[in-house]
Amino acid sequence: MSLLLAVDTSGALVTVAAADGDSLLAEQAVELAARHAEHLAPMIAAVLVEAGRAIDEVSAVAVGVGPGPFTGLRVGVVTARVLGLVLGVPVIGVCSLDALALQVAEWGEGSAGSAAGAGDLAAGREFVVTSDARRREVYWAAYRTGDGEPEPVRGPGVDRPADLASAAARDGLGQKGFGPFFGRGAALYPEVLTAPPEGAPLDVRAGAVARLAGRRVARVGGSERARGQEPVPLYLRRPDAVAPGARKRVS
Amino acid sequence: MSLVLGIETSCDETGVALVRDGRLLIDAVASSVDEHARFGGVVPEVASRAHLEAMVPTIERACAGAGVRLADLDAIAVTSGPGLVGALTVGVAAAKALALGLGVPLFGVNHLAAHVAVDTLDHGPLPEPTMALLVSGGHSSLLLVEDVTSTVTPLGRTIDDAAGEAFDKIARLLGLPFPGGPHIDRAAAEAVAERGEGVRSAIAFPRGLTSGRDLERHRYDVSFSGLKTSVARWVERREDAGERVDVPAVAASFQEAVVDVLTRKAVLACREQGVDTLLIGGGVAANSRLRALALERCADSGIRLRVPRPALCTDNGAMVAALGSLLVAAGRAPSELGLGVDSAMPVTAVRS
Ligand SMILES: [Zn+2]
Repeated sequence: MSLLLAVDTSGALVTVAAADGDSLLAEQAVELAARHAEHLAPMIAAVLVEAGRAIDEVSAVAVGVGPGPFTGLRVGVVTARVLGLVLGVPVIGVCSLDALALQVAEWGEGSAGSAAGAGDLAAGREFVVTSDARRREVYWAAYRTGDGEPEPVRGPGVDRPADLASAAARDGLGQKGFGPFFGRGAALYPEVLTAPPEGAPLDVRAGAVARLAGRRVARVGGSERARGQEPVPLYLRRPDAVAPGARKRVS
Repeated sequence: MSLVLGIETSCDETGVALVRDGRLLIDAVASSVDEHARFGGVVPEVASRAHLEAMVPTIERACAGAGVRLADLDAIAVTSGPGLVGALTVGVAAAKALALGLGVPLFGVNHLAAHVAVDTLDHGPLPEPTMALLVSGGHSSLLLVEDVTSTVTPLGRTIDDAAGEAFDKIARLLGLPFPGGPHIDRAAAEAVAERGEGVRSAIAFPRGLTSGRDLERHRYDVSFSGLKTSVARWVERREDAGERVDVPAVAASFQEAVVDVLTRKAVLACREQGVDTLLIGGGVAANSRLRALALERCADSGIRLRVPRPALCTDNGAMVAALGSLLVAAGRAPSELGLGVDSAMPVTAVRS
């Protein structure tokens, strides 16, 4: 028996999941614009109760490392790192857009032939996953569908929607020349990026973080937590800071 | 017996400390101050990133240094405010993960109350009441502390710049490095050593809110913005005249103006409120002239002065663990796991 605890605070959702191998035991998600720090720990406790497991049964912790707004993103990363330390278990970082891409691909398989737009997700096609980067920009990454996990082909990056659309058109991503675009970022700027198809997932869920991390743990054989191997946030932007200019006169 | 781990991340120091029954076992601090130096002040996002990177290594360093296992901890205390939101958030999330993972109580504590509590590690239980003067780059407050685990009343505060902020700004004006406090202290001490005590009054800089209507309306408040402008004008006039700026004399006279006002107000508060113990804390409490003048004036007024050793005056985990330890000993209820951060947490709330 194993117990993987997964968290993601990179977007508008604070989301937590508990999984045992391929089976998802519990998953919760709450929509929050901010205040991730308040809700994450109680949600972890609640998910474990729902899963019928105790915290000391956790055998690995997975965390979405963004990209996403910094303050919320760090809540998930520091929580995962410290839980890993306390419980003495490995901590696995997963790009949050990778998890959302997995959700999109799974949705495409489930609704192929029915939902409009799902056809764009046939094997070998490329698609772009986006999230809200605020400041009129989106975080994005491009993937190619295959069997199972979508393969990352470009990104992650942060750009203005119009720049992303023209780059995608230039690089020939997707069948329409630009896109299709999925996720919260596309939903926010449908006139520039094309609206995501009806019913397609918009936000990353911890269950998808758990599925990706679980496969990666299986692949590398559940490696020990090594120093310097802690998950690192994908900030993609430098801190806003300006060196002071010349002194201002007071008289 | 209780073993408390304290976490402090309200500004640019990542502090983790362990206190067992009121005794400090270890105080581990990682500072990002060097990363802020070229910006002349703390950059919040730079501080937050540094807190995240320093958190696990600093917890490990504290435990290893004290020979303690995380499983031995009885409670976790963390600064939940006031301070920088992003910086506080990292500490609070880390503290909650520790409390959740270990199944121990969590105490979200007030940073200012923690500055008061830290002195118990050096000098034992606090007399009740105690007057506390907290001076740092982020705060300048005069507090009446009836019980540091429950009842703290703010009497006065800065109405503009914090004392430490004034030191930083004047240091920059004089071409001294950030943070300015230690450099101004050193320049002033050298000036006094070379030219005698008189150099402290070489330039007559103003003492804000110390006379007439200002004193009536702001009895225990302080103000440093007028002083700052006055120093800047003085320097500009010399520069405009093509004269050399006598940096040691400016440093000594400026510093004297700051510590004169702070000690005058603190002693006034003690006398008027009938309090016979004054505690000075916060980074500026490391200033040698503030300590000396406070000692002199307290002695004149029959007031006992308590100042923690300099390493405990600046922001650190020890102060948080000390307050956590006192809260545990006093049987105060812990915080909820849904604890949030409050960047403007009032000092009347010792615990959240
Ligand atoms: Zn402080």
